Amino acid sequence: MSAPEGRAQAGAGAPLSPAQRAAERYTDGEWHRLHPATPLLRGGIVFIALFGFVLSNLRERLIGFFVGAPDYGGDPLDAIYNHGWEGWALLGVAVVLLLCFGAFYLSWRMHTFRITGDAVEVRSGILFRTQRKARLDRIQGINVVRPVLARIFGAAKLDVSVAGHDANVQLAYLGSSLADGLRADVLRLASGVQAAEAAAADGPAGGRDVGATGASRTGAVTDLVGRRVNEFLAPELDPNAAPPVSVVKIPPFRLLGSLLLSGFTVFVLVVVAFLVWGAASGALWLLIVVLPGLLGTASFYLNRFTKSLRYSIAGTPDGVRVGFGLLSTSNETLPPGRIHAVEVLQPLLWRPFGWWQIRIDTAGHSREKGAAGQPNTTMLPVGDAADVSRVLSLVLPGFATDEHRELIETAMVSRGRDTFTGSPRRAAWIRPLSWQRTGYRLVGDAILLRRGVVWRSLAIVPLARLQSLELYQGPVDALLALAKARFHTVSGPVHPRLAAIDAPTGVRLFEAVSARAVAAAVADASHRWGRAVAPTAAAPTAAAPPDVPRPPQADTRTEEES
Amino acid sequence: MPDRIDLNVGEWRRVSPKYVLVVIASTVISGLVLSAGSLFLWLVGRWSLGWLLLAVVVVTTIVALIIAPRRARSIGYRLRDDDLLFRRGIMFQRFVSVPYGRMQLIDINRGPVSRMLGLADLKFVTAAASTGVMVPGLPEPDAAELRDRLVELAESRRAGL
Repeated sequence: MSAPEGRAQAGAGAPLSPAQRAAERYTDGEWHRLHPATPLLRGGIVFIALFGFVLSNLRERLIGFFVGAPDYGGDPLDAIYNHGWEGWALLGVAVVLLLCFGAFYLSWRMHTFRITGDAVEVRSGILFRTQRKARLDRIQGINVVRPVLARIFGAAKLDVSVAGHDANVQLAYLGSSLADGLRADVLRLASGVQAAEAAAADGPAGGRDVGATGASRTGAVTDLVGRRVNEFLAPELDPNAAPPVSVVKIPPFRLLGSLLLSGFTVFVLVVVAFLVWGAASGALWLLIVVLPGLLGTASFYLNRFTKSLRYSIAGTPDGVRVGFGLLSTSNETLPPGRIHAVEVLQPLLWRPFGWWQIRIDTAGHSREKGAAGQPNTTMLPVGDAADVSRVLSLVLPGFATDEHRELIETAMVSRGRDTFTGSPRRAAWIRPLSWQRTGYRLVGDAILLRRGVVWRSLAIVPLARLQSLELYQGPVDALLALAKARFHTVSGPVHPRLAAIDAPTGVRLFEAVSARAVAAAVADASHRWGRAVAPTAAAPTAAAPPDVPRPPQADTRTEEES
Repeated sequence: MPDRIDLNVGEWRRVSPKYVLVVIASTVISGLVLSAGSLFLWLVGRWSLGWLLLAVVVVTTIVALIIAPRRARSIGYRLRDDDLLFRRGIMFQRFVSVPYGRMQLIDINRGPVSRMLGLADLKFVTAAASTGVMVPGLPEPDAAELRDRLVELAESRRAGL
């Protein structure tokens, strides 16, 4: 499963990381098995708990057995001993253990996966067979997750998510470096880079790998231990697959501050104040009811803190890669064009420090939780304005120019009345504070939506991902000649919308966006993102999918608006 | 009402006039159920404000019945070159534009009253749960035809997510 380290240096001509070479033989379209420790890791917690339970129950007896303590009466073990059933008991235990191991072994045998040119498939189960298949061009994200226990064994989960609820294909567990290598390979296959080209890159190293099993045993063992330690300490980003430096570093104090200055803290303070008041006025039962929950919040903070530690984000040719976690780590790659909406937001409490958070909407959701126990939709837990523009240029590659960066930075803090199309003064009736800041601007194939004064927010929706568009006018809006616009994207924490815009402006926006969304969707080819840039692909025609016969008709209709 | 939104897209395709009957039937049924509930609260549950609740229910139902024809008429849709336009509502107007390529599936539903009248509801489902485009009260052959047309349009403009 893992080639000796020496080979990595030997292959200096075509630098393939150990991970890549480990993965190589798994992408041949044949069925393969998972890491042998898989059943143990999946049921691992149960087993350890059971073992601990038995051990703690037998502690006295074990001590007695070795030291010679007085006899206890009346428990099952004594009963067994007194009736001379030891043999049967031992046989029973052995049978149960054997059955367990047999079942584990069978389930491991039956749990296979294969990676072909157009899909990742997993089949599993002994009595009830299941088979899952994820089409490569529909992949929304690939997550490599390493729970603490699995990390000790040097194993990792590969979680391939496609659009939909609970639509993941999970390869759990794989060797740690194999998981990284497989991710790179699956992404490469999904990107549509021609297979011949990939083979050319992998070719020289391919032949040598076969004879790599002859290393001496002792060398292998020390090597293994060293590698485990290295894996445990190594940063999340594989230097061969990503630019070595994460573009954003979150200092621990900033992370701590951002956690303490959250809405949750306010809630906790309110509860504490309520408790103090209750205790002062003699209602002591309140303490009993609420205090356990309050103590639970400590673990909440701790959990969030450790999970967000070692946050890293970097751009790779196959999309954005985000890593989190101190003990259990997760490291997800989102291929280009899988991000449906982005929101840069700033709660009031964060404003004095100039901190921001970035959230995204994606169609696929990894079953694993992301940073801070939040769903995997927080791209940047906390960061300053410079961090924001660095992350945005990764998340939205179209916004990487200086011009766009400046636009976004001013839009984030702007009070309104600038290059954005804003709301009229009468909107103050329903948005007394934020009417000036509310506004939108179309930039290329994306729309920027700005709102909120207390809770600042700037949403960016790539129009190629927009599902539908709504214009809404209630009775109050009608009296003031205002309208609301909602941009429907896949479900997620970002709900791009604009409240209280001028009604005729709203109609113009509706027309312009609906036309541009169609055009952008037609021009979009990110489901095979590698093909457009692959040198082997015939250049300009690759930009539009071949199954769309007509050119977009965006311009014909925008003239209708008066 | 001043300053209602006007999209300038010409004539909307309206739903069947018989759809009014569906609206009326559902309004009457929900009105009756709610009235029964509040009557129960008033007479059996001995809730002193029960009569007020009953009055509110009755008045709301009557108002809903009066505006039912207008509500049914407010529903419209239009097939443009690249997207489906949908509108509904008088007080609360809602306009939605869905590019054909965004279609994930199309549902056709028939409730009991609709079935008696030979009507069907057509629902256009995208990857966004909030799209919520449902064209009710289409004559059954029309609904099937519209479905086939939309599927055909979506096929020729297929886009990813």
